[in-house]
Amino acid sequence: MRQVILPELGEGIEGANITYWYFKEGDTVKEGEDIVELATDKAAFNLPSPCTGVLTQILFNEGDTVKVGEALAIIDEESL
Amino acid sequence: MKFKLYDLGSVDFQSAWDFQKKIFSQVKQKELIWALILCQHKPTITLGRTSEKENILVEKEQLEKLNIKTYEIERGGDVTYHGPGQLCIYPIVNLGYFKKDIHWFLRSLEALLLGVLSEFKIKAKTLVGQTGIWVGKKKIASVGIAIRSWITFHGASLNIKKDDLANFSLIRPCGLDIIMTSMEDILGEEVKIDKVKEVLIRRWYETSDFARIR
Repeated sequence: MRQVILPELGEGIEGANITYWYFKEGDTVKEGEDIVELATDKAAFNLPSPCTGVLTQILFNEGDTVKVGEALAIIDEESL
Repeated sequence: MKFKLYDLGSVDFQSAWDFQKKIFSQVKQKELIWALILCQHKPTITLGRTSEKENILVEKEQLEKLNIKTYEIERGGDVTYHGPGQLCIYPIVNLGYFKKDIHWFLRSLEALLLGVLSEFKIKAKTLVGQTGIWVGKKKIASVGIAIRSWITFHGASLNIKKDDLANFSLIRPCGLDIIMTSMEDILGEEVKIDKVKEVLIRRWYETSDFARIR
């Protein structure tokens, strides 16, 4: 099991809004593949998957705010 | 040559958008460290990822009548307007060579714009909590970027000519009740877009944070 964590984005940025999930629970994702799009007040960016596996859990919905360091999703590397 | 400057002149939004994506992939493949794209657009409204459609204040039919196209794009921020009297500045920068910090990039871009305006004797500033460039309480430049794999695209638009500003009344810029201004408005005289470009390019190469890697 690997958590997808919102990394440090820069000084003064505490979190970001989820704008789009490219995958749904149960989908297989590859390492480095963009899985979710987020936005701060003026910047939109994607978060790549940290590993290859099955996206077992999405912890926040589109429109939710996630803080830096929080987990957005869980990927199971074993269930492939 | 790891750096490129592109002056597209007057170009429709879609073509410039496609061009940005093409250059983005060259930066991603490490053929380039950065590219700076400059252009002007025909009247266009763009919506960012956090845009509310209600911030376009007129009906679709009216926009069609005015020949204004609307695009939903992948940058951050709310709705904005682009027109021929504005200079659009799209830096495609691999932040991996500089600093992996979204705010560092935004602040560096803003510093570049502040420097350009200061050469025209315009005292502009940034406001805490509000991205963009302001003169007094009016906004002179908007900023909205996208980042993929720590490579930036989209960027900023600087209002130069005064005739263009009327069209901002079609939208609620950035979702706020903001009054826009332009360089000509502030200075009360003609400002040539080419002159602004010249200053911006020189400052980009000589004084900006992006000039540090050569």
